[in-house]
Amino acid sequence: MIRIIIGAAAAASLAACTANAGDKPRSASAAPAKSGPGVGKGYDRNPYPSTYKAYPGVPTLLTNVTILDGEGGRIERGAVLFRDGKIVEVGPSIDAPEGAVVIDGAGKYVTPGVIDVHSHLGDYPSPGVQAHSDGNEITGPVTPEVWAEHSVWPQDPGFSRALANGGVTTLQILPGSANLFGGRSVTLKNVYARTMQGMKFPGAPYGLKMACGENPKRVYGGRGRMPSTRMGNIALDRGTWAKAVEYKRRWDRYEENGGEAPARDMAMETLRGVLAGEIIVHNHCYRADEMAIVLDMAKEFGYKVGTFHHAVEAYKIADLLKERGTCAAVWADWWGFKMESYDAIEENLAILEREGACGMIHSDDANGIQRLNQEISKVRAAAKRAGFVIPEEIAWKWAAITPAKALGIDAVTGSLKPGKMADVVLWNGNPFSVYTRPEKVWIDGALLYDMHNPKLRPVSDFELGQPGSGDVK
Amino acid sequence: MKKLLMAAAAFGTALPAAAQTVAVTNAKLVIGDGSAPVEGGTVLVRDGRVVAAGPGVTVPAGVPVIDAEGRWVTPGIFAGFTRLGIVEVDGVSETDDSAASSSPFNAALDISPAVNPKTSAITLNRAEGVTRAVVAPEARGSIFAGQGAVIDLGADMDAVSKPRAFQFMEYGETGARRAGGSRPAAIALFRNALFEARDYARNPASFADRGKDALLTRADALALQPVVTGQVPLLVHVERASDILVMLDLKREVPALKLVLVGAEEGWTVARQIAAAKVPVLASALADLPASFEQLAATQSNIGRMQAAGVTVGIGTINDNEARQARLVKQYAGNLVALTKVPGASGLDWGQAFATISSKPAEAMGMGGEFGSLRPGRRGDIVLWDGDPLEIGTAAVRVFIDGVEQPVETRQDLLRKRYFDPKEGALPKAYER
Repeated sequence: MIRIIIGAAAAASLAACTANAGDKPRSASAAPAKSGPGVGKGYDRNPYPSTYKAYPGVPTLLTNVTILDGEGGRIERGAVLFRDGKIVEVGPSIDAPEGAVVIDGAGKYVTPGVIDVHSHLGDYPSPGVQAHSDGNEITGPVTPEVWAEHSVWPQDPGFSRALANGGVTTLQILPGSANLFGGRSVTLKNVYARTMQGMKFPGAPYGLKMACGENPKRVYGGRGRMPSTRMGNIALDRGTWAKAVEYKRRWDRYEENGGEAPARDMAMETLRGVLAGEIIVHNHCYRADEMAIVLDMAKEFGYKVGTFHHAVEAYKIADLLKERGTCAAVWADWWGFKMESYDAIEENLAILEREGACGMIHSDDANGIQRLNQEISKVRAAAKRAGFVIPEEIAWKWAAITPAKALGIDAVTGSLKPGKMADVVLWNGNPFSVYTRPEKVWIDGALLYDMHNPKLRPVSDFELGQPGSGDVK
Repeated sequence: MKKLLMAAAAFGTALPAAAQTVAVTNAKLVIGDGSAPVEGGTVLVRDGRVVAAGPGVTVPAGVPVIDAEGRWVTPGIFAGFTRLGIVEVDGVSETDDSAASSSPFNAALDISPAVNPKTSAITLNRAEGVTRAVVAPEARGSIFAGQGAVIDLGADMDAVSKPRAFQFMEYGETGARRAGGSRPAAIALFRNALFEARDYARNPASFADRGKDALLTRADALALQPVVTGQVPLLVHVERASDILVMLDLKREVPALKLVLVGAEEGWTVARQIAAAKVPVLASALADLPASFEQLAATQSNIGRMQAAGVTVGIGTINDNEARQARLVKQYAGNLVALTKVPGASGLDWGQAFATISSKPAEAMGMGGEFGSLRPGRRGDIVLWDGDPLEIGTAAVRVFIDGVEQPVETRQDLLRKRYFDPKEGALPKAYER
């Protein structure tokens, strides 16, 4: 857990800091060209495109099963039909189309696949040796130019555990939190591929990882450089945003009016994407007071904070988060590992839900991602004792439609609605119970895990021929 | 604990009623020895110890009785390997007494005086039904971490049930690093320590004068002496199968060693040998990733397979939030039950699963006669739950340690109450308490 926070990262930083590559590119041409390249066409926004292709499936009808649709809906003894990779129908009873596989789900639950908005799989893979430690570009506090996808090792054995034990179908891989601006995130479908691009979620927007608080100030303060304090964190953040605003102004002018293109700056390009609303901010931030400051900073520079991650004290400012339309992604019961996690309470998510703020579960952990269903169950149970009764179907939003919204992919996944990707988990009991396991997991309608079929259990290249290879794990 | 209670009472400190004699009746009763729960059970505690537990127990007159109303009653959770009570906040080094990288001493370090019964982790874990814990120091300057303790999680100032209860040692990748860079270096260090501890035993007086040539301080040699003679168990953290076999070889060489394996994620691959050597294990429960090259064969079926092979296995939480999250062992044990429904996996039935967090870890420590179950003679550590204790969200309703009822409110509870309505009112939140 702590490993993720700053990474076991190399003390020996080879590269000089390239983080503040903010030297002003000069625009030599005073007179704009007659026609510009066009708005949004100054450079390729998607140079490493997804090559993910859904695997083939068969028309499948799940019957007689408890359905939590991921958006708050629930059907007892209902049915779900999917075909050609898409959800076709969800209802109390559906006639089996010809040729469909029909599965009787008596006593079982069906949910949309679990979506983890905060993972480092692939960037901090197993085995966690230094040679694999690729999640934090810990050589400078401002590195919005790095992209997590360029670190993802698609053979991480962790992907299979998240699938088979956790029913995870989609996950966001974020840079670590050593840096104020950690870089771009990438959203993946949890389907092994030879390349990162083969896992990349088609059309998902990029995210920008930012971090508040103890980690950046500890990492860089420990090296005798800025930031060494929380005020240093914000000062460096503001200075960077100010440059980004200027960079955006120059590029916007060029894209609108033409002329000579300003020099490209990869760090500023990411921030321009945020200011333009194309890239979603995912901000590691624990304390209520710091989240409030960040929200005002966002207002100052004209961007929106999509989601605060870890957000241990979100419950203290549920009203503020609601007012600003910013989500909180949280754990159920992590606490006390550093000062900014000292005030964690298990009802955090439940208080957000009751107050009408946007909250969701997240893992940040290669083990935790295998049991997010149990984590939301903990929140429900703690909340119930405290007097917040949250129905199962509402709690499942925390692992489904809400993280999908946070990732900007809710139009295509995150719930069992006709037309959406058939990302589906059949649980062998109530998924809020410790005794329940995923029985089958479909991604885009393809059956990619089946508890009863040893052949439907992925083994990454790394594990082939190793001790325990192909075991149930 | 009893002693302190009386002392505290004399000073007028607010403490739970010192009812060391108590009976809980009408319970769904779990003994903790691997047997299934029984309905309509009673447990009787007198002077802090279990007198009897089962369906046919009669309560003598005058004993205070608690009617469980059919709810689950179990022994308190015995957390098999933790760092409870010696760390407040991991990220604040001043509060962390688990390791001492700059100390000239290693095996001699005794964790007992560092245990702070008021650490928030003790309060919180007590509130979740953890009543005893194995507390180990962490190795930094040597393969030897020092002498660990068994503690209770009571709300008094006397936490240490047994000081210097074991020596903790690192082998495998961590041990290699601590010894100077390799497994052979760790073995050499271990052998040398054995020699020196024996030398010390033969002639303690000579040991003081060896000056800088000594590879072991006098205090360290003294601490290792009971390890060599088997009076005190040696807990060794080891993950890889081949490393486990090396430890079993050492035990053959020094049969007096009371060896206990900690971690043992590849234990299932050599389970027969572990069982034959009668070496118990405090294993990680749900670790199923090849997190390092010494854990390639890690699987959640590890504990089930070892126990099927006849190994005594309890759950320990090494490298697993061990300073704060001992409470998670309940969830881990529940997950081992879930595995019984997965083809190809090895899980545990409910009774066995509960034993991995009660009697089994106590037995692994050689303390099964004292802790971990409701068999007669054990400490009166009892928890009354509002449901199945291995199920998510089940709460400990009442917690007894040595027969004394314990408070279960935490600062998290107070925070939740304060922010039940997050908005500020007529006065700042700081005035709500």
